[in-house]
Amino acid sequence: MSDIKIKITDREGVQHEVDAPTDMNMNLMELVRSYELAPEGTIGVCGGMAMCASCQCYVDSAHELPERSDDEEAMLAEAFYVKPNSRLGCQIHLEPSLEGLEVTLAPES
Amino acid sequence: MIKTDILIIGAGPTGLFAVFEAGLLQLRCHLIDALAQPGGQCSEIYPKKPIYDIPGFPEVLAGDLVKNLMQQIAPFQPGFTLGERAETIEEQEDGTFIVTTNKGTRHQAPVVAIAGGLGSFEPRKPLLKDLPKFEDKGVAYMIKDPEVYRDKKVVIAGGGDSALDWTIFLADVASEVTLVHRRNEFRGALDSVKKVQELKDQGKVRLITPSEVVGLTGQDHLDGVVINRTSDPESDIHLETDHFIPLFGLSPKLGPIADWGLEIEKNAIKVDNTLDYQTNIPGIYAIGDVNTYPGKLKLILCGFHEATLMVQSAYQRIHPDKRYVMKYTTVGGINGFDGSKKEAPKAVVKSID
Repeated sequence: MSDIKIKITDREGVQHEVDAPTDMNMNLMELVRSYELAPEGTIGVCGGMAMCASCQCYVDSAHELPERSDDEEAMLAEAFYVKPNSRLGCQIHLEPSLEGLEVTLAPES
Repeated sequence: MIKTDILIIGAGPTGLFAVFEAGLLQLRCHLIDALAQPGGQCSEIYPKKPIYDIPGFPEVLAGDLVKNLMQQIAPFQPGFTLGERAETIEEQEDGTFIVTTNKGTRHQAPVVAIAGGLGSFEPRKPLLKDLPKFEDKGVAYMIKDPEVYRDKKVVIAGGGDSALDWTIFLADVASEVTLVHRRNEFRGALDSVKKVQELKDQGKVRLITPSEVVGLTGQDHLDGVVINRTSDPESDIHLETDHFIPLFGLSPKLGPIADWGLEIEKNAIKVDNTLDYQTNIPGIYAIGDVNTYPGKLKLILCGFHEATLMVQSAYQRIHPDKRYVMKYTTVGGINGFDGSKKEAPKAVVKSID
């Protein structure tokens, strides 16, 4: 079994606990889309190239995540509602160490 | 009034390829796009990114794909209304449609193909109190006429290509240019970054980084901005300025198309995928990323397929009495509206003695 549990709070403030596969080369943005936790067209607009910030989320748990790449850092510098725990969901690769991760989706902008 | 056979809304790869398929059927096309250049997302968001799933192209840069498509459709002389957003559609008594843009340009066609991708690109607006109040009164999200800024004080915010490019351009126009960005690093083309560095060293532009515009001042017209520096967050800088231009990129919005009476589901237009990608309004089709149907995939290659079938149906609608069977380009060649002709070279028949 290669699924992990991730808690995602949607833009309406509702928390969802979802099963996330770690063997499908998926990222957090794609996970949100696969469970339709944000309307299509409002998340993952650029498809996952760190070029639109529509998948911005706040990491609420203490998990250690890989550092932000230059692309991600640059995009977040131009995004709105950015906080210290902001990340782009498309840059967070789903892997076993993320078991129990908790995130909140940033408002649409 | 611009008249054509198929009016295509959206000049991304799907819309462009529709011109080619229509041309094979001797149908003329005109495209409307809110962006200033054709190519849609491929040109606007990721021109330098390689795409690996265009059939027959192991690897192609998005920008090059657009260039190739423009070359491929050139013989069919498509018309373009660029930098304008399709705003309203009115069905006429004769079954044709009139589409009017936000700038009042009118287009008439018996068939409308919406190839609008995720919608038209709108500027992303920073979250500043009073921002709407100063729109067109000192605040602008895109530069239409640079002369407006002649001998004025201008503050630009942003860290991408457009922020850099306009900083460079306005350095020679405005009396004072200040560029504000949240980081010291800029994301634009290396040449532009170097040029801004030069201008800064020459004292022609002022850079305030890492910092952020956090407030606007003025009565009826903007007269200044409040800048918060990351290094000294306690003391804000008040900077006098005539204009503030936040350039934080564009985000696509379905926009006015959502009010055209089309069936919408999940921010996309529902179409009949068993036949021709027609919407609930006969004569209006939706192709590419803008449509949805069971099993839909938002891929350029799927858009090409949808455009091809759409055009066949459009032909039937425009010429209900004509019979037609699809002809391979290897057989029929390309007969451009510009008089150009491309065809397979004739086989050489020569006897062997």
